Amino acid sequence: MSDVLAVADHRRGDLRDVSYEIITAGRELADETGGDLHLAVISGTVDDFADKLNRDGVDAIHTVDHGEEFNHDVYAQAVTQLYDELAPQYVLTPNSVNGLDYAPAVANDLDLPVVTDTVELEADGETLVATREMYGGKVETTTELEGDAVVTIRGAEWPAAEGTGDAAIEAFDADIDEDTVGSTVTGFEEVGGGDVDISEAELLVSVGRGIEEEENLEMIRELADALDATLSSSRPIVDNGWLPKNRQVGQSGKVVTPDVYIAIGISGAVQHVAGMKGSDTIVAINTDPNAPIMDIADYAIVDDLFDVVPELIDEFQ
Amino acid sequence: MKILVTVKEVATVEDEFEIEGTEIADKYLGADLNEWDDYAIEEAVQLQEDGLADEVVAVTIGPEDCEQTIRQALAKGADRAVRVWDDALADVDLLDVNAKTEILSAVIEAEEPDLVLSGVQAGDDSFGATGVSVAEEIGFQWGAVVNHLEHDLEDGVASVRRELEGGVEELTDIELPAVLTIQTGINEPRYASLRGIRQAQRKELDVQTLDDIGVDESAIETELELTDMYEPESESDATVWEGSADETAAELGDLLRDKGVAQ
Repeated sequence: MSDVLAVADHRRGDLRDVSYEIITAGRELADETGGDLHLAVISGTVDDFADKLNRDGVDAIHTVDHGEEFNHDVYAQAVTQLYDELAPQYVLTPNSVNGLDYAPAVANDLDLPVVTDTVELEADGETLVATREMYGGKVETTTELEGDAVVTIRGAEWPAAEGTGDAAIEAFDADIDEDTVGSTVTGFEEVGGGDVDISEAELLVSVGRGIEEEENLEMIRELADALDATLSSSRPIVDNGWLPKNRQVGQSGKVVTPDVYIAIGISGAVQHVAGMKGSDTIVAINTDPNAPIMDIADYAIVDDLFDVVPELIDEFQ
Repeated sequence: MKILVTVKEVATVEDEFEIEGTEIADKYLGADLNEWDDYAIEEAVQLQEDGLADEVVAVTIGPEDCEQTIRQALAKGADRAVRVWDDALADVDLLDVNAKTEILSAVIEAEEPDLVLSGVQAGDDSFGATGVSVAEEIGFQWGAVVNHLEHDLEDGVASVRRELEGGVEELTDIELPAVLTIQTGINEPRYASLRGIRQAQRKELDVQTLDDIGVDESAIETELELTDMYEPESESDATVWEGSADETAAELGDLLRDKGVAQ
């Protein structure tokens, strides 16, 4: 068959943005294979979700009303059974933390190849050409595979689907074997609260791996003080325990939109950029002129931060 | 309790490099223990230090060249290591998730651990899928992107936090045996001590072929073919301030004053 089955993502009562983006990715792929786009909505308020996701390009929506929140065993079983029922060529899921918690299991169960974190897809007959990054974004690659596959898509790479669709919305009676469900969600917790809210700052001085040592952070603190700015960071600084979680900008931290964002020694991995690309003005200080941060910077200083930052402190003290 | 940790030596790339065909030219490549696996090793060793594990076994797929990297796991406290390699693997460009799953599952079934820790992803090919795929294959429970594990494991349950997007953590109880994929930041990986490094040289590092672990060559035939590799086109339209550090700092100072965010 030549159909595409895409799976929506939601959390704590809200559909996530990627659920609308996966419709666009799925529609493009289905146009190339000449098939239909099926959308699966699993758990939560499925009827409400289905109405919201009924946008241009969706041919059918299959709702699986089972539980409130994501559970990977429920998702894996429901998606596998939908695959058996619909026989699509491709199963698309978000490359989200939850997507990566069931997509590989579905692929292995169905004995299909899995290709993750794709940023571009093209189908030509039985061949799928997937574009994805390697080496932390230093290179892009194309990977080809033949036949059916499970594919995860990166968020914010495809535009959200719009308009109002006329998809057939049908309940799918998945046979969920509760005995195999071996994990239980007991709660959620917002992290990163505390003394400061970096998402409220007008000026952020943000520091990354380029700072090298914990003691060098003092210099960045001095700069933040001199500028009366708020201090934030990329992930490695928080992973190292040098700054608390409430200072982390990025996909797993906070999304920030200051007037000016100064990225110091931050290479600009996609997960970081997701959290700061909405800043009005972005300044990058980095020794590497090819660092991905340069792609979204408005101004750049290609120089050693250990030379530039002390000069900047002098300027404002 | 026995813990198995999957580890991988990954290629690291210099800032400036050249691509030959679908590979980065050798002279720009280095090698290191995969960052995520470093955290997985640390978590296993801490579980052992807390008296919850009797044995920590590191498992890798890789040629002899990677032994020095894998010994880092031994130097940090793993008790022994298993390295799977085979001439049949040397010819494979890109070992896909299915092939890794076949190999690691065979080792896990022979070792019979109670807990498998694997990095969320590898820093080079970044599939982020092997741990969950392995769990499905061997019938273990699993949890992806774990950034906290309670060190009690009471009643055969692992209480974990999964790091979701946007600063939200999911609290989940997972029945053992299980595979957990470990996120960076879950702990602070130690540096190997000199004593640890010396001891690591004497620890067992068992080398096994596909035949030894009972995996047929046909099972590792990769279904993905890498057809192109290129540097992403720079989309940068940044104004680059030129000059000495005091000149560029002055430019930035002017900008901050213009924008009214600093005086």
